[in-house]
Amino acid sequence: MTTLTKQTLSHLDWLESEAIHIMREVAGQCSNPVLLFSGGKDSICMLRIAEKAFRPGRFPFPLMHIDTGHNYKEVTDFRDKRAAELGERLIVRSVEDSMARGTVVLKSADESRNKHQSVTLLEAIEEFGFDACIGGARRDEEKARAKERIFSFRDEFGQWDPKNQRPELWDLYNARSFKGENIRVFPISNWTEFDVWQYIEREQLELPSIYYAHVRAIVRRQGGMLPVTDITPARPGDTIENVRVRFRTVGDITCTAPVESDADTIARIIAETAITTITERGATRLDDQTSEASMEQRKKEGYF
Amino acid sequence: MSAIENIPAEIQDNGLLRFLTCGSVDDGKSTLIGRLLFDSKTILADTLHAMERTSKKRGMEAIDLSLLTDGLQAEREQGITIDVAYRYFTTGTRKYIIADAPGHEQYTRNMVTAASTADLAIILIDARKGVLTQTRRHSYLAHLVNIPHIVVAINKMDLVDYSQEVFDRIMADYLAFAARLGIEDVHFIPLSALNGDMIVDRGERLDWYRGPTLIDLLEAASASHVDHQESFRFPVQYVCRPQDAANPELHDYRGFMGRVESGVVAIGDAVTVLPSGRETHVKDIQINTGSLPQAFAEQSITLLLDDEIDISRGDMIVKTGELPSVTKQIDAMLCWLSESPLDPRRKYLIRHTTRDSKAMLAGIEFRMDINTMEHQAAEKLAMNDIAKVSFKLAQPIFADSYAENRGTGAFIVIDESSNNTVGAGMIL
Ligand SMILES: Nc1nc2c(ncn2[C@@H]2O[C@H](COP(=O)(O)OP(=O)(O)OP(=O)(O)O)[C@@H](O)[C@H]2O)c(=O)[nH]1
Ligand SMILES: [Mg+2]
Repeated sequence: MTTLTKQTLSHLDWLESEAIHIMREVAGQCSNPVLLFSGGKDSICMLRIAEKAFRPGRFPFPLMHIDTGHNYKEVTDFRDKRAAELGERLIVRSVEDSMARGTVVLKSADESRNKHQSVTLLEAIEEFGFDACIGGARRDEEKARAKERIFSFRDEFGQWDPKNQRPELWDLYNARSFKGENIRVFPISNWTEFDVWQYIEREQLELPSIYYAHVRAIVRRQGGMLPVTDITPARPGDTIENVRVRFRTVGDITCTAPVESDADTIARIIAETAITTITERGATRLDDQTSEASMEQRKKEGYF
Repeated sequence: MSAIENIPAEIQDNGLLRFLTCGSVDDGKSTLIGRLLFDSKTILADTLHAMERTSKKRGMEAIDLSLLTDGLQAEREQGITIDVAYRYFTTGTRKYIIADAPGHEQYTRNMVTAASTADLAIILIDARKGVLTQTRRHSYLAHLVNIPHIVVAINKMDLVDYSQEVFDRIMADYLAFAARLGIEDVHFIPLSALNGDMIVDRGERLDWYRGPTLIDLLEAASASHVDHQESFRFPVQYVCRPQDAANPELHDYRGFMGRVESGVVAIGDAVTVLPSGRETHVKDIQINTGSLPQAFAEQSITLLLDDEIDISRGDMIVKTGELPSVTKQIDAMLCWLSESPLDPRRKYLIRHTTRDSKAMLAGIEFRMDINTMEHQAAEKLAMNDIAKVSFKLAQPIFADSYAENRGTGAFIVIDESSNNTVGAGMIL
């Protein structure tokens, strides 16, 4: 029997349903997709969405991480554990291998490897012949991402052409590409940082411990906090402080800064997120500040 | 620990509303969105600082609010919008997805992209210029894709001394042209995006206007596209056959995965599978591993059926007795989006729900002249043309008219030689 009032979904249910629909379109349209899984909060949400989209079946794609070799151990351990729990295949390709091959050449030994991930990613796409890569980027993260389609076409050099994107109408997605080309797919395009935290709370998703407040040795550089690690040691003259911090986003150690925080539960993180005055990338990314268009530039070079 | 635990009150969820800003070049669409986010305190400090720096570098005194959405280098260089930018904000009761569409004719296809998913359109008009060709084009497109709410915002009122006369004259002009299109439900609102009048705050200079502010209109608009009960339509996206050896219970599992495009379905309902026409009943409705008694439009679910029927991606499950038309010939309104013209001699691919079919143009009945709203004869269609056409299909599709059902009335045209999406169609 049909009910007479039109039912509508809560905003979180709507976002989840859209993301499931997008993942299933990838599965239906692409012959060899892959889901990029870093162990970070956005990709953790993506795994839950993939479970909702495909269980009781297996995922119709493997997971892949492009490892810069400069990731927090808590995060890579979590990545491995989560993939094992799900019983899904995890591929790890490393920027260090590209360096050894000579396809990634650093300007100096301490240059951030973050942007060089694009090279390793493109090599992995070629190695496995992936025709689609599903990623957890969100449009609220950055002004160039805010412009990107959900199904985003990349040419054989991995390049995004922001001035000539495919029209994307209704929910009729076009994932077609020729051999060597590639589609990047962003199922949580329309989620904000706040939505992600709400979803993590609702679904009770487990996170790497460094997302919660903990005491960490840091030095202050360019107005941001840089954790003191083997990869980013203190320099002479630095003052090392022990500060209670958490990460809003996890990524390459050399360019991801934590924020000061006491939030040691998801509820408290949500409360802090609701009143924060600084965007996720603004607070935490040391690599985006260099130029006004650095994300757009990197995307044109094949970055996620 | 601090008081942060009790800061945000439990958010009452009034769902989600998607809207776009459109209209002619430079009438202030991007500025309006910047203003909306600024006045609703959604722009965070670091974004504001970056906008301030860029504005200063360009020799502007005040912050240029359009920088918030014009995020591409090329857009900032030229001070125009090229492609849609998506922005998000919440009022505490509702989440909004904003699409800032470009005004330039050249980028109309990007406006169509934004319009196709919108529940509400804000059509801006520069108070000094009145109704222009692009105003008409965007209004027509908004109407064509059937956006349920249309708000005409007459902007830059500060440049016409906040004159009610100007406002009334433009409103009359617009209504005359809207009537010819059959656009009925329109709201008019005077604004200054630059100064922030009538957006979140009423301001002091538009006393003669008694209607709601823009944000009040947004909060009150219903997010639903339909005012009638729609039939159940379930295009199959993917078939789940786990055949997990470790779990013998799953050996016979066949789940049909998809999103309910419209209507409602409940366990036990009699359904028909298209194209085979086979009938069966709904055994279970699942999300993840849980079971639901019923599911409704926009939910992504898995359907299990009583009988073993051969079903694959591209098939459609509907309620028995509520069948769509099964057809290899469609009449439609078509927006052509590609630089290379629609060529009547070529074959294209049509994607309708989860189904693809080869297609050939059977005829162009007329092309719409946006200025005069007259029907013209046409042999070919160029980029941004809107026309009534018919297509012959190699495979049947399961369609309703777009007016009746967006999900089963819409299709896209793909050029297989480039894989590009070249057309957007609405079945009549
Ligand atoms: N005086 C005045 N100027 C305005 C107002 N709104 C926008 N402007 C100015 O109009 C110019 C164009 O504004 P934009 O917001 O970039 O226009 P747009 O409609 O987004 O332009 P396109 O996206 O390229 O079509 C800018 O110089 C704005 O500062 C207003 O209410 N009053
Ligand atoms: Mg603009």
